[in-house]
Amino acid sequence: MIALPEHAGIEERIWHYLFIAICAFVFLFLIAPILIIIPLSFNAEPYFTFTKEMLSFDPVAFSMRWYNEFFSSEVWRSAVWNSLFIAFSATILATVLGTLAALGLSRPEMPFKALFMGLLISPMIVPLIITAAGIFFFYAQMNQYVQMTGTYLGIILAHTVLGTPFVVITVTATLSGFDHSLTRAGAMLGGSPTTVFFKIIMPLILPGVISGALFAFVTSFDEVVVVLFVASVEQQTIPRQMWAGIREQISPTILAVATVLIFISIMMLAAVEMLRRRSERLRGMSPG
Amino acid sequence: MTDTANITTADALLTTADGMPLKAALARAERKKRIRALLLVMPLFIFIFFDFLYPIGLMLFRSVENPLIAENMPLTANELARWDGQGIPDEATFKALAADLKVARAERTIGRVATRLNYELSGIRSVITRTGRKVKKITGPPYKEQLIAINSAWGERVTWVTIKRVTPTITSLYYLNAVDKKMDIEGDIVSTSEERQIYVTLFKRTFWMSMTVTIATLLLGFPIAYLLANIPLRFSNLLMILVLLPFWTSLLVRTTSWIVLLQTQGVLNDIMVWTGIIDDEQRIQLIFNAQGTVIAMTQILLPFMVLPLYSVMKTISPSYMRAAQSMGAHRFLAYRRIYLPNTVPGIAAGSLLVFILAVGYYITPALVGGQDGQMISNIIAFHMQKSLNWGLAAALGTLLLAGVIALFWLYNKMIGVDRLKFG
Repeated sequence: MIALPEHAGIEERIWHYLFIAICAFVFLFLIAPILIIIPLSFNAEPYFTFTKEMLSFDPVAFSMRWYNEFFSSEVWRSAVWNSLFIAFSATILATVLGTLAALGLSRPEMPFKALFMGLLISPMIVPLIITAAGIFFFYAQMNQYVQMTGTYLGIILAHTVLGTPFVVITVTATLSGFDHSLTRAGAMLGGSPTTVFFKIIMPLILPGVISGALFAFVTSFDEVVVVLFVASVEQQTIPRQMWAGIREQISPTILAVATVLIFISIMMLAAVEMLRRRSERLRGMSPG
Repeated sequence: MTDTANITTADALLTTADGMPLKAALARAERKKRIRALLLVMPLFIFIFFDFLYPIGLMLFRSVENPLIAENMPLTANELARWDGQGIPDEATFKALAADLKVARAERTIGRVATRLNYELSGIRSVITRTGRKVKKITGPPYKEQLIAINSAWGERVTWVTIKRVTPTITSLYYLNAVDKKMDIEGDIVSTSEERQIYVTLFKRTFWMSMTVTIATLLLGFPIAYLLANIPLRFSNLLMILVLLPFWTSLLVRTTSWIVLLQTQGVLNDIMVWTGIIDDEQRIQLIFNAQGTVIAMTQILLPFMVLPLYSVMKTISPSYMRAAQSMGAHRFLAYRRIYLPNTVPGIAAGSLLVFILAVGYYITPALVGGQDGQMISNIIAFHMQKSLNWGLAAALGTLLLAGVIALFWLYNKMIGVDRLKFG
């Protein structure tokens, strides 16, 4: 931590410890609400709070009841399947489109760079409710040609829109320190544009592409507003089920689901952190 | 003069192998490169255009589009175009109305017409539907007397003024409604009655709640960003995970957590009861109100403040502070005069980002907002899904969007979109 100099006066010491205390409080504020869910999800009783028995660590008070409910429920199982299918499809689309666009945007010759960047990033900034309403009107209009509302296609495309800004941002960030003479060198040594792309560009931007893809995945995996507007009963996703579960607050199954989701996010975070460090190492930006 | 002339002749002499002037060849190569860059961006741009920009445009158009009356009451609309708005219209208009209502009832569009008119004049819905039921009895003139006999509202000027007002296919009435204004009988714009002024109140509340969240995230985020920027990398990497984990955790999970923590039968209240701070009957309502929403939103948006602050603080050299102190400034003076001004770009970036994200929040207020924690997004969703007044939803959405775009433009001017980063 920040070292306190030997000669620090009493006033300085007070400020120092006060500062540490404030920081500890903020970290607690950030993390505690997430962690509190985990023990509660093992509650043997259908309560959303700790029972007296739980606090005295009586083993009877804990159970896997809500996990059983989660894994055996048909509704939740189809929600998991829907979420995974929609998120994977949207991620693939968003990653391909976003990476191509990022490659174009980071070329020095790109005209109207700021304008395009602004437009392509805007799905991230525009309030979700407005995007959802707009897409709802659009899909209603499209229905006479292709059924869009209440279909997987409609939701996947909408989630692709929401995911692309993250891919564009992370990939352009990886390309920001990119040495364009590398591609010229590759071409000069006889590599075709495709060879140069797969042998030189791709390995360098891969960490950015993967973390962009993970962001896009999480965006879709966590999205509920568009689903509320354009999905039918068939496309209920995990967040959509949680939304209903929170409103009704009947069963702590949502606490079990939340715990599972927390572990998924921990794994995602670890993956992205590793990729970020790898990318920085590759580009020689940090020693570690 | 001569120099320039020499250069031009020299330029003209330089040619490529196939005899093309070098300048032209270069320009051509440059153009090719530009086109290639554009081609890479095009697939995404076309996709975003169709599945995002066009839908947003549709929504904007919905806020002024008003074809319902003109399409379903065409004869009346036509006759009313001639009417000067004084007294009540003539026999021909009443005849047109009777004909239109008969058709509308037969085609079952009368309910939508009645609903649309009711947005402008409450109570007119029943006038339309009741008249619709009885209008088939009218087979010949005098239409005026018979219609007024069915419902006396047809003898009132305000009924006709209202219908005339909604006949144009492009209207600004939804916007008037969205800012709690209406047109009175003379066509002057007046405020709606006190108890019906909900939208301006909601806009104000959205602004204040977002402002509170922004300030709260700044106050909480500043110390930890400072800590993260000033400790050895191996500690800061570890602590950074604590900031990033909430960022990666599902919004619904975090909202659930706050409900579990703060509700009256929740963990925090339980702890206070068990430790004897409050009695069981005095449990405090911490959530399902504005304050609960602000607390939850502050935690959810805090990482968006910490990350830009951290990346700016990381670039401030500690030698600035040492220099100031060695020149005799007290620690706090140096901090205020040297360190703080250097963090302003981070403060601006974080605050704008948090504010932009906060004004559009929907899920958290919907789940934990209760009565007084609802924001503008929630009323838009209400009009989209429950009341089905899509024109008003679109008008409210457009106003919100205008605000967000203005802030985004400001963000782009001050910080630049390419500086947006996560993790």
